[in-house]
Amino acid sequence: MSEAIESSGPAPAAGSVGVETPFRRFVSDFFESKVASMAAVVLGLIVFIAIFAPFISPQDPYDLAQVSILDAKLEPGTKSMDGWTFWLGTDGAGRDLLSAMFYGLRISLGVGVMSGIVAMCIGAAIGLAAAYFGGRVDTLIMRIVDIQLSFPAILVALILLALLGKGVDKIVIALIIVQWAYYARTVRGSALVERNKEYIEAATCLALGHNRIVFRHMLPNCLPPLIVVGTIQTAHAISLEATLSFLGVGLPISEPSLGLLIANGFDYMLSGKYWISFFPGVALLITIVSINLVGDQLRDVLNPRLQR
Amino acid sequence: MTVFIIRRLSQSLVVMLVMSFLVFSGVNLVGDPTEIFLNDEATEEERQQTIRAMGLDKPWYIQYAKFLGNAVQGDLGKSFVYSESSLGIIAERMPATFELALAALVLAVIFGIPLGVFAGLKPEAGFSKAVMAGSILGFSLPTFWVGLMFIMVFAVMLGWLPSTGRGETASLFGIQVSFLTLDGLQHLFLPALNLALFKISLVIRLARAGTREVVHQDYIKFARAKGLTTRRVIFVHLMKNIMIPVVTVLGLEFGGLIAFSVVTETVFAWPGMGKLIIDSIQTLDRPVIVAYLMIIVLVFVVINLIVDVLYSILDPRVRLQDVKA
Repeated sequence: MSEAIESSGPAPAAGSVGVETPFRRFVSDFFESKVASMAAVVLGLIVFIAIFAPFISPQDPYDLAQVSILDAKLEPGTKSMDGWTFWLGTDGAGRDLLSAMFYGLRISLGVGVMSGIVAMCIGAAIGLAAAYFGGRVDTLIMRIVDIQLSFPAILVALILLALLGKGVDKIVIALIIVQWAYYARTVRGSALVERNKEYIEAATCLALGHNRIVFRHMLPNCLPPLIVVGTIQTAHAISLEATLSFLGVGLPISEPSLGLLIANGFDYMLSGKYWISFFPGVALLITIVSINLVGDQLRDVLNPRLQR
Repeated sequence: MTVFIIRRLSQSLVVMLVMSFLVFSGVNLVGDPTEIFLNDEATEEERQQTIRAMGLDKPWYIQYAKFLGNAVQGDLGKSFVYSESSLGIIAERMPATFELALAALVLAVIFGIPLGVFAGLKPEAGFSKAVMAGSILGFSLPTFWVGLMFIMVFAVMLGWLPSTGRGETASLFGIQVSFLTLDGLQHLFLPALNLALFKISLVIRLARAGTREVVHQDYIKFARAKGLTTRRVIFVHLMKNIMIPVVTVLGLEFGGLIAFSVVTETVFAWPGMGKLIIDSIQTLDRPVIVAYLMIIVLVFVVINLIVDVLYSILDPRVRLQDVKA
């Protein structure tokens, strides 16, 4: 097994020095797959770009002093008035598309991750409560979850945004409401299994409080499936936000996510200026695919039934 | 069976009622729809008059009771924008959406099942691996962006297919449909393929997983041992058994197709319900939003019922009484 790890190259835990902690085992298992390692590296790069967008972009696309309308709709690779190159061309307002994409990635990723984390916390708490208390509480919560999940996410989000209006906060709220049910169902499923195990019985016999048992004893054992669902759901959230922004019900023009960049390019596409929609879409696609691949690998690694 | 259907119907009724309340009260909280009809110089009196004319001056529960009473009689209010029955406006656009969704479903089956079965029969072949990689891509590609790229490639660059509208329609049982005319078919193909992309990936995965499971069953071995041709084994013995999950999921996904047609219709300017709801959200046309939602809920309830019944026909082991609704 250690040979396989060393041959896979970039595994940070490749060295067999030290004790095998669960975390190390997890890391080495994860990087066994070449595809997943690559996806993780790409994802790391994307996160890096998103965080440091202002420092690595060739241009600040929203600083009017740096943007010239004379540069509008230039093809990829053309030189700007000041002599530097627009590698991916410019959009309708003369902004460097690469820089606009870096900033857009920041917003898309931020919205997706933020809504994912909050939805995970809310969903996990509700799911744990359902599993721990059982009975009527469980029935009621799960009925609500079932009904919500019987409607497509896009429809629920669309209606919520119709009610709430545009804005970053609004779309985050809508995405949280759309997503919490997935987390609640996942956590409830694994918590139901955990509830009947001896350590919970032991904790109950020690007369520990509900909160302590649920959050300190049950929750840590329900985490693996939650992490997997969290990764996949974040990809969904990013895609959903882009779709909603494209439809004109998501983010306002002042917060140009990748979806809005694509929507802006739509107007110019029929005249053959493909790049304004094309490149932001590619960036969106790479982000979603790499998150999904990492999520798939996490599922394989964290599933004890598939333990090699 | 009858007991099951009755129980399901009553449950659906409760869901409809709860949804109608949620939707109505939700929509009732939105901004102020009178603003659209009044300009800035409108006097207070004009404002009050408009509010009265729209029935917005009454308490919400009276509005809701009235809404519910009317809804039962098939009247979901007049559109603020079109001044026509909102149900009528939606019914007018419904065939276009259903046609699009059905066409997408057909494409999903035509492409998905053969590719999935092949990938399941020969999992190690290069082509199978390519198909599976493609299906991952199909899951990850954002629908609206693929639609744009379709327009870009097939309409703008190659000029093969038109990019907007329904094209020429023909009348079938009094409903206008596109697929009976050549022009309509050309208009239908791109949006339908766009909408189907996600479902094609799904069907590929289902068909592949089903095939891999079924292939090792004893009855397949027995059919082979009997000396049946490979063709017969695949098309009769194997197909029949992989169809159960495919039919269920496709049935359930039909609702999803109708919901997702919002995106495709916006991209391709397809004049269906989805485009209508986007327009209505932008103009805060509340009766249309409410009516659309109620119809969508109804569609979902009906689809779920049909799928469960179909399920029991396809798989005699399933007893409907045991199926949780």
